[in-house]
Amino acid sequence: MSQDVSDLYCRIKQDKQIRLDAEFSCKAGEVMAVVGPSGGGKSTLLRMIAGLNQPESGEIRYGDKPWFKGDAKVNLSPQQRHLGYVPQHFGLFPNLTALENVVAALDHIPKPERIPRAKEWLERVNLHGLPDRLPANLSGGQRQRVALARALAREPSVLLLDEPFSAVDRETRERLYLELARLKEQLSIPVVMVTHDLNEALLLADNMILISQGKMLQQGKPQEVLTRPRNEAVAKQMGLRNLFDAHVIAQEEERQITWLKFGEHLIASTYFDSLEVGTKVRWVIPNQGIRFNSIKQGRLCRSFNKLDITIDSMLTMGETVRIVASVKGVRHQINAEVPLHLALKLELAKGVNTTVALKSELIHILDQ
Amino acid sequence: MDWEALGLSIKLSSVTVLILIPFAILLSRYLAYHHFTGKSWVEALIMVPLVLPPTVIGYYLLVGLGSQSWLGQMLEELLGHQLVFNFSGLVVASILVNIPFAVQPIQRAFEAVPEEVRDAAACCGMSRMKVLFKIELPMVWPGVLTALVLCFSHVLGEFGVVLMMGGNIAGETKTIAISIYDSVQAFDFASAGQMSLVLLIFAVTVLAFTTSLSRRMGAAHVSRRQ
Repeated sequence: MSQDVSDLYCRIKQDKQIRLDAEFSCKAGEVMAVVGPSGGGKSTLLRMIAGLNQPESGEIRYGDKPWFKGDAKVNLSPQQRHLGYVPQHFGLFPNLTALENVVAALDHIPKPERIPRAKEWLERVNLHGLPDRLPANLSGGQRQRVALARALAREPSVLLLDEPFSAVDRETRERLYLELARLKEQLSIPVVMVTHDLNEALLLADNMILISQGKMLQQGKPQEVLTRPRNEAVAKQMGLRNLFDAHVIAQEEERQITWLKFGEHLIASTYFDSLEVGTKVRWVIPNQGIRFNSIKQGRLCRSFNKLDITIDSMLTMGETVRIVASVKGVRHQINAEVPLHLALKLELAKGVNTTVALKSELIHILDQ
Repeated sequence: MDWEALGLSIKLSSVTVLILIPFAILLSRYLAYHHFTGKSWVEALIMVPLVLPPTVIGYYLLVGLGSQSWLGQMLEELLGHQLVFNFSGLVVASILVNIPFAVQPIQRAFEAVPEEVRDAAACCGMSRMKVLFKIELPMVWPGVLTALVLCFSHVLGEFGVVLMMGGNIAGETKTIAISIYDSVQAFDFASAGQMSLVLLIFAVTVLAFTTSLSRRMGAAHVSRRQ
């Protein structure tokens, strides 16, 4: 891409109609995922960036150029923003062929260059030999590629993707993940991707914002938001089910450990210097922090972060098994997902008593 | 067979659709894509000619556009002739009476254009006019054609409004429907029968055509939603 690229900055606040309160920036060359449950305002946010909806107040800026400024009454049209937009169901023009769909987005370049440019982009998204097909005669994955080619052929300032993988089957989705990941390496523009699927954010995004009921709950790297949720609401939105109460019983700054009393169990977590001994806290651990019956020797001895459990239920879902187990000494249940082969190897079954170990570096204490 | 009346009817139908359809496209598009306070009232007003007897509409047009009204006087000064008992008056009346027949099918067709397609077109940098001509009209043409055919045939057979507004002036306001009525009054059933048959064949053909188009539009609507 040869055009000048800048960062995208967005601050939106509105109370009427769809409530929305978000502020974030997306650097050039970065994929920003906007994650959250359906009806949470994600698509509205994307439409506002595109100029298809007007926010009540706030600012949307591309580099130094304001696209929307509530107080200065600046509001550029989608045409003026020169962006690439891929709607959820692709928004292809049904009366135009794949090639014509891409050419339709190239009014800004001289006529003789349009068809070669459109063909080049169809090739780049691996859509070989289908330029003359109408959208109705293309598969879901092929339509998605045409929409992506149409958006990128414009050499847009920003690429906006609205649930780009929700309308295709699983196999196509897996293939498109790889293609977008490869394409990401070549793009040097800000890419904002709306998704309700956390895995897509983990796979493809450099940064993410979590939105629920119009409110931005947390911003950060996807893995960081998953393992370090700011509060209980974020933890729940991220699908973390192991949320427990405990008391801080000691702080070891030297070893960078915060000691928690969880029922009768002693739990070592990463160090949180702001906590005082005796404080009641809520802590969380993601699934990857739970190990079944294999306590590794390390800096932690076997007398802590070890929970004796009784498996209450097991649910096999394809290649994984969902386990719910009672923790001895406390009233809580722990939830875990393990690969099916591991569950078979460890002979896990309903009613079995076993032990799990919690990785101290993945234990996270939530903000009060 | 009154060929002059048939010719006048065809001329009236052609002029009416030529003026009405472009206006209906813009109005329908606006109504399909915009939500505003009082939209239901505007839509109800557009539909009024469907439920009001043509003679009532004709009466109001006669009174409203006649030389006794300020509007009629103003138009007479502007055009150099009065609108009532005149071909141009019939055109105005036909346009007003046929607005619902033009707007309804076109509005339904525009409503079937997915919002995503319009959004994508705007984000592709297309101007509103380009979106209309390049993307939307190729998608809504069955609705436009249905409106055109319905309006043309409806004007061709219009009786009440034409009689009230235009009277029965040969070559000026005597359309085929008025001519049929005249023939029956004069006991010339052969001529009335011929002209009625022409209108009947035309009406059946038109209805078959519009039904087929409606079905096609319905199928297109379903496939776009899938």
